[in-house]
Amino acid sequence: MNAIVLSAIWGVVMMFCGAFVQNKSIIRTTAITGMVLLLIVHLLDFNGVHFFTIDTKNMLQFNSFSYLFTAIAIGSTLLYFLLSAKDMENVGIELAEYFALIFFITCGIALVSSFNSLLILFLGIEIISIPLYILTGSDKRNLKSNEASLKYFLMGSFSTGIMLMGMTLIYGMSGTFYVDRIAEALSFQLPAYALVGLVLLIVSLSFKVSAAPFHFWTPDVYDGAPSVFTSYMATIVKAASFIAFYRLLRIGFADTHYQWQLIIAIITALTLLIGNITAVFQLSVKRMMSYSSIAQAGFMMLAIVSMNGFGKEGLIFYAAAYSLATIGIFAVLIKMKDYTFEGFNGLAKKEPFIAAVTAIFTLSLAGIPATAGFMAKFYMLMSLVYQGGYTWLIIIAILGAVVSVYYYLRLIQAMYFKEGNAEMTPVSTGFKVTLGVLAALIILLGIKPQLLLNYLHF
Amino acid sequence: MPIEQYIFLSLALFTIGIVGVLTRRNAIIIFMCIELMLNAVNLLLVAFSKMHHLKLMEVNPNAGTEGQLFVFFIMVVAAAEVSVGLAIIVLLYRNTRSVDVNFLNRLKH
Repeated sequence: MNAIVLSAIWGVVMMFCGAFVQNKSIIRTTAITGMVLLLIVHLLDFNGVHFFTIDTKNMLQFNSFSYLFTAIAIGSTLLYFLLSAKDMENVGIELAEYFALIFFITCGIALVSSFNSLLILFLGIEIISIPLYILTGSDKRNLKSNEASLKYFLMGSFSTGIMLMGMTLIYGMSGTFYVDRIAEALSFQLPAYALVGLVLLIVSLSFKVSAAPFHFWTPDVYDGAPSVFTSYMATIVKAASFIAFYRLLRIGFADTHYQWQLIIAIITALTLLIGNITAVFQLSVKRMMSYSSIAQAGFMMLAIVSMNGFGKEGLIFYAAAYSLATIGIFAVLIKMKDYTFEGFNGLAKKEPFIAAVTAIFTLSLAGIPATAGFMAKFYMLMSLVYQGGYTWLIIIAILGAVVSVYYYLRLIQAMYFKEGNAEMTPVSTGFKVTLGVLAALIILLGIKPQLLLNYLHF
Repeated sequence: MPIEQYIFLSLALFTIGIVGVLTRRNAIIIFMCIELMLNAVNLLLVAFSKMHHLKLMEVNPNAGTEGQLFVFFIMVVAAAEVSVGLAIIVLLYRNTRSVDVNFLNRLKH
């Protein structure tokens, strides 16, 4: 609860800051201070110090799963601020408003990771989506950004409509919006209307997490949006939608999983195939990263197919590993002059440190052992093996991981083994240190995943 | 009236909305179709709310009110969405002098 209240308040503080303060470095410092404060307050909340006790009529339910994910989301946002806050100045003049919107999104993330009522799920998803429409279109003179924003907006509100219809049908059959009471009311078999409602909910949440065949907006939107905000959209926000997806099905519909599991399994297989295969043919690194985010979404969907303890641990771990690595790659990408693979040619000679950390991020995304990405993929496959059945899905997932190595290693090949003149805007020492911290975190989590997962069981 | 008729009416409105979103090319009309979808949901929510109320009136006089509360939240969020959406459409109109979504296909490559 601390994080929800404070992030909403700090969003308003940032807006006032934008109205009264002209100095950009003061605005930036205020935002970073806010995020640090949010992290501290949230960790206190995790350890039992509650500043706000609000009777939410059980609409919000906090447990270690939701606390841990919110902590990961706030921590990643802090790292993202440290790395990319300077680049936000290049997007437009409304710097403080961008920070304010990100604080509001953080509030939405805290809501969707702890909801127990469909009302809160709906509000949380909307609080996340509406600021994102604005951030996507924030580069106002750029036609590509406008188009991406309109496309995202139309797709997003369309899927919201579908989601609401699903919620309404489920309400009609169960008589309640509380997810745990829905589970009691519909515990043996879903009636036809409720099943249609659940399928509509699955479709709309697949839109939000960009799972195939509802992924078609993703590459265009991620490509058109300003790169700083793509980084945020593709990582933390996407992971939050996954947590909401998992929580909804786990609490509300675990007993009737035999009725919907196959649908999710097919969506997962399609996502893995389409994401990985299309990513191979991309020429621009930014576009490759957006297809790779679809492919990684396929891996995260495996937790929703298997629905067991390994999947729960794996999803949290995957969210952390994927967010850290992708934030790192995007932070480097924003500094590059040319977004194509050729633009990275010969980076290792010019900026050896940056090339090395980028290589670590890329290897983590590809799932090479001793990085966090490997352990994340391991947990996902382990949960599915443990569940039994779905051998075909495991095979597809492993093949997908093999294909993904190809396009991730292309980036490393460009940096290390090709001659070229990679151009990069000069970077500060602080930026390099933060990147180093990110890379160290990824390797640390890859060697000792228990450091993170122990918090899930206390 | 039996609940089936309400379900039929709002599913019909919802389907009209979906078909409109998928076939129309004008951004404003697509937008109106999305609003139609949301209003179909509102209608169905109120009908279900009334149904649950009549069913459980003796046990709990407040039964079914949460459905009507949900409608208010949908209205508020829809209004917020309209303000952002129209701003985006205006932005696009300033740059291209058109609100046709056909040109969105240019992003594809």
